Amino acid sequence: MLHPITTNHYLVLSVILLIIGVTGMLVRRNIVVMMMSIELILNAVNVNLIAFSKHLQDINGQIFAVFVIVVAVAEAAIGLGILIAMFRNKETVQVDEIDLLKW
Amino acid sequence: MLDTLFFYMFALLAVAGAILTITMRSAVHCAISLIGSLAGVAGLYLLQKAEFLFAVQLVLYIGGIMVLFLFVIMLVNLDSAARERQFHQRWIAGLAASLLAGGGAFWLVSKGAPSIKAGPPQSLPAGVGNIEHIADVLFRDYLAPFELASLLLLVAIVGSVVMAKKRTNERT
Repeated sequence: MLHPITTNHYLVLSVILLIIGVTGMLVRRNIVVMMMSIELILNAVNVNLIAFSKHLQDINGQIFAVFVIVVAVAEAAIGLGILIAMFRNKETVQVDEIDLLKW
Repeated sequence: MLDTLFFYMFALLAVAGAILTITMRSAVHCAISLIGSLAGVAGLYLLQKAEFLFAVQLVLYIGGIMVLFLFVIMLVNLDSAARERQFHQRWIAGLAASLLAGGGAFWLVSKGAPSIKAGPPQSLPAGVGNIEHIADVLFRDYLAPFELASLLLLVAIVGSVVMAKKRTNERT
């Protein structure tokens, strides 16, 4: 009944996580939750990289995943810094209330 | 057999945590659900014999990034935001777009999956663990990107401190 796990299982899981992340990014108003969605997207990419690293017995996929995590950390630090600066000026975290650039 | 069971367990944890992350009302609940999702993904890394990334995921994502998120949630007062509308006015358009993209991605995976060739035989290199292997490759072949990554982190640290700093006595 239980099939052995193949790379395809990991690919499907990765697509599911990616779509959930993209949906959160497009649908939510709260900018903190939108940044959490970005973390979900990067995690989906990492699942994909590790699955192929195992499939091809190639360590380069894991190295690349390490760099993805580094970029995710930098993104979170910078993004949250911007968020705090913006909250100090505008007193809101809802993205549709921050519309200075809207035409 | 046991691997299959563990895969479905961790996959369920990851997907359920992700869905709760984008649907919960309070940002703190979102962060806690995201921690569950990240832990599920960490378990999947362990199942695929990527022990180093498992440790990095636990220490750096759950221990580092999520604590940063929780600190920021504490700093910016989100109580009023939790009582407001949680979704955009045009959230249906966003949901439709992402479902369309998801359908396309599933179509691509199901079309491409049969053509994935079986990889080389799964064998552990004798006497070399995952962490030694990663260290060898990282410091031999990827030394320049490694140093660039450290520079990127330095810029990120300085930038976030400068941006989050309170501006007292501006003299410009």
